[in-house]
Amino acid sequence: MSGTHGTTSSAGPTTDPVPPEATAATGEAGARQDALDAVTRRAREVIPEEGIITDHQRLRTYECDGLAHYKVTPALVVIPETTEQLAAVVRACAEHELPFVARGSGTGLSGGALPRADGILIVTSRMRAIREVRREDQRAVVEPGVINLDVTRAATPYGYYYAPDPSSQQICSIGGNLAENSGGAHCLKYGFTTNHVLGAELVTPDGDVVELGGMAPDAPGYDLLGAVVGSEGTLGIVTAATVRLVRVPEEVRTLLAGFESTDHAGAATSAIISAGIVPAAIEMMDALAIEAAEAAVHCNYPAGAGAVLVIELDGAAVEVEHEFGEVERLCRENHAFELRVATDPAERALIWKGRKSAFAAVGRISPDYIVQDGVIPRTALPEVLRAIAELSESSGVRVANVFHAGDGNLHPLVLFDDAVEGAGAAAEKVSGAILDLCINHGGSITGEHGVGIDKAAYMPRMFNDDDLDTMQLVRCAFDPQNISNPGKVFPTPRLCGERPGRRKGAHPLQESGLAEVF
Amino acid sequence: MSGPGTPESHPARGGLDGTAATALESACQEVREALPEDAVDGVAPALVARPGSTAEVAEVLRAAQAHDLVVVPRGRGTKMTWGRPPRRVDLVLDLSAMNQVLDHASGDLIVEAQAGTPLRDVQDAVAGARQRLALDELVPGASVGGALATATSGPGRMATGTMRDLLIGVTAVRADGVVAKAGGRVVKNVAGYDLGKLVHGSFGTLMVVTEALFRLHPLPAARRFVSVGVDSPEQAHRLAQSVIHSQVVAGGVEVDVPPHGEGATLTVLLDGIEAGVAGRTAATLALLGDAATASDDVPDTWGRLPWSTDARGDERATALKLAFALSGLEDVLRTARSAGLPVHLRGSAGVGVVYGALPAGTEPQAAAATVDLLRAACLRHGGSLVVLDAPAAVKAAVDPWGPLPALDLMRRVKDQFDPDHRLAPGRFVGGI
Repeated sequence: MSGTHGTTSSAGPTTDPVPPEATAATGEAGARQDALDAVTRRAREVIPEEGIITDHQRLRTYECDGLAHYKVTPALVVIPETTEQLAAVVRACAEHELPFVARGSGTGLSGGALPRADGILIVTSRMRAIREVRREDQRAVVEPGVINLDVTRAATPYGYYYAPDPSSQQICSIGGNLAENSGGAHCLKYGFTTNHVLGAELVTPDGDVVELGGMAPDAPGYDLLGAVVGSEGTLGIVTAATVRLVRVPEEVRTLLAGFESTDHAGAATSAIISAGIVPAAIEMMDALAIEAAEAAVHCNYPAGAGAVLVIELDGAAVEVEHEFGEVERLCRENHAFELRVATDPAERALIWKGRKSAFAAVGRISPDYIVQDGVIPRTALPEVLRAIAELSESSGVRVANVFHAGDGNLHPLVLFDDAVEGAGAAAEKVSGAILDLCINHGGSITGEHGVGIDKAAYMPRMFNDDDLDTMQLVRCAFDPQNISNPGKVFPTPRLCGERPGRRKGAHPLQESGLAEVF
Repeated sequence: MSGPGTPESHPARGGLDGTAATALESACQEVREALPEDAVDGVAPALVARPGSTAEVAEVLRAAQAHDLVVVPRGRGTKMTWGRPPRRVDLVLDLSAMNQVLDHASGDLIVEAQAGTPLRDVQDAVAGARQRLALDELVPGASVGGALATATSGPGRMATGTMRDLLIGVTAVRADGVVAKAGGRVVKNVAGYDLGKLVHGSFGTLMVVTEALFRLHPLPAARRFVSVGVDSPEQAHRLAQSVIHSQVVAGGVEVDVPPHGEGATLTVLLDGIEAGVAGRTAATLALLGDAATASDDVPDTWGRLPWSTDARGDERATALKLAFALSGLEDVLRTARSAGLPVHLRGSAGVGVVYGALPAGTEPQAAAATVDLLRAACLRHGGSLVVLDAPAAVKAAVDPWGPLPALDLMRRVKDQFDPDHRLAPGRFVGGI
């Protein structure tokens, strides 16, 4: 299974991906219940009553994240307000070997925050303090439940902002951004989330609270922070992040360019990069994506365009002025038939509105859709876009393309109507084939949405057993009991304590019911 | 076995039996007895293996595991005395034969190179496409792998980050000889754990990196340096802050504060297109005051450590790396000035990472006292101080890595990757 169903759809099974414990005897189930009861008791001791949810109906509120295709009702939801509360709950989980999953705003698109039926969900939405904004140091210290855009709002009065800006930045949390290393449109110039996180307070899967990095760069020792950011909640829970603030640029200019085809738009993108210009963003939408955006937000993109580019330059005024002229020239040379320059923030907002609403907008032209998230080297864009078009043609499945052209991060929207028998399956097939295209061109199966539960099965197509085993060594160091968001990112990892090596068949401990594979 | 050297001059060789040497020779074409200059910070190895490929590195490490040999990887050997001396070395794994730029995909702004490739060769390979690996060659002659292992960075980090930010993929060999890859050929990639971050700055204690992929940046068309003399820590701090928070978009803001502060300067790099650089240079001159001057010439001190990197043994300076929050610059400079010893500080005032030197011949206890003093200043500002290099007597008297949180987790990572502690044991934090 791959991708996000934008509408709640019944295409494919709405199942618990946690394998049923076929071997579980009553005794084991009883032990699990005892563990859950013990952790619940401990949680009640440290967390105010309103932060504990046990009622089945209310638990169901948390049964999925932005990937509504998978649903699992957690056994318990806790909503701590402090690091100490959160750590106490994790310690209790560690003591009783109970799995836990962290969740921020629940906007993730790969099922990374999908709960465990046999475990607890730790929601960070009440940990929402911006602890410090330090202009002199160009840093802010924020708690994981803080909304991405609120960091920028807090920094703006000082002339600063927070650069990573996923399209969901008005609602997604910093904790989730860190977990998924989700960056957004401005990664091309400013790097992605991991480049903007200098420190973190981490509750380890043992329940210890450790400081990684901090206000200053280059903390000595292994770069554990670098391993934690993007680890999708499998190495612990970040309870505070020290982030880098970036100076608000002197000048920002945004251009909308209409092209007849994605080939022309792609050629313009390459020409701009080849000219040594690093725009803050280059985003591309194809005809179908434009149609959807128009239907939803009336962004008034150039009529009849087969593709548009949204190009943003920022920096010192003189430089932006000069490079903007170059960008305009290169767009024209590559057959842009219409150029539109935003001259004020309102016009800029309108240009971005079409782009940023593209996912949701697709709902206007298709009852169901899958959002794919793959990456290819930029130079492979024309070839891959053609291959996607061929896939679409041969399968009869429509694909709308919206993506970060500058860094090759594709977000094909695979459209289908679940009321039509077999349409969901056909869409899944096309969606998977697009990922294979990315892998075959030396790219990645995810650029910002994460692997989560959704793409774990694709990991072996990108990495071999040795690569995956090596990554597991990190997991085993942080989480030897395998209780921190188990079952995510990796397909069938090895058991901690076992030396690396190739596996064949089921692990004997697993077969005998003595251990659980994660 | 081939090559010069006699058993008498290399007593450590006596610790190895013949079967180990034979196993290494069948793993790798070039194996020789170690020479005095192969010593790792005074610790003599018995053998040097010089593999030509990742597969050979894997074979060598498998042979080392089978024969319980302790291995220290080496790129171009420019920083072999950094860190603590290893507890033991049987084999130096010399990566200098792996010196190829494997791929330069200019349209994708990426380059792939073998670990033993000199950074300079990488720059030469990409310069034709008007691109650069945006990393200063802080130690002349350094290799890709050595710079990666020691996390060195120069003035340019202010605009483009460090190797941590530029590294997008690695191929590395584990202590047990298993080859693993992480990351890939695209800048935006979040699949799996970022092992590249873990090996960055790990001093060869986690895995042996054999190939690395980096993102590139366009070569700026123009660059200019604006310098001004500073006569107090307060002034240096105030001017650095004014540049940092301004709109001049500096490519680097460096301080050079010789002992006792005499002849101290603040220098700002402005790079980009000619028209922009001209305007921003004017703006920077205005910020720094009447005494500031602009030049096309690279200052002598630019991107250079404040100590001689050629010095060996007791001739070495005590070499420090200080990191602190930007608000701590004045305090750090003032503390250095108040130390009883002559301290030379030079580095990125715009980032909060400066290098420091105490002169060769400094008495160990005095060096240790100054390190403590400066470290306390760095810690006051959320940072750290590492003694990168020093004569043996000084190293014995100081705590080179200083206090650090999460050491237990770091040990657990080491134990997972290298359970026998075969790779550079003792060189890194907490005796790792």
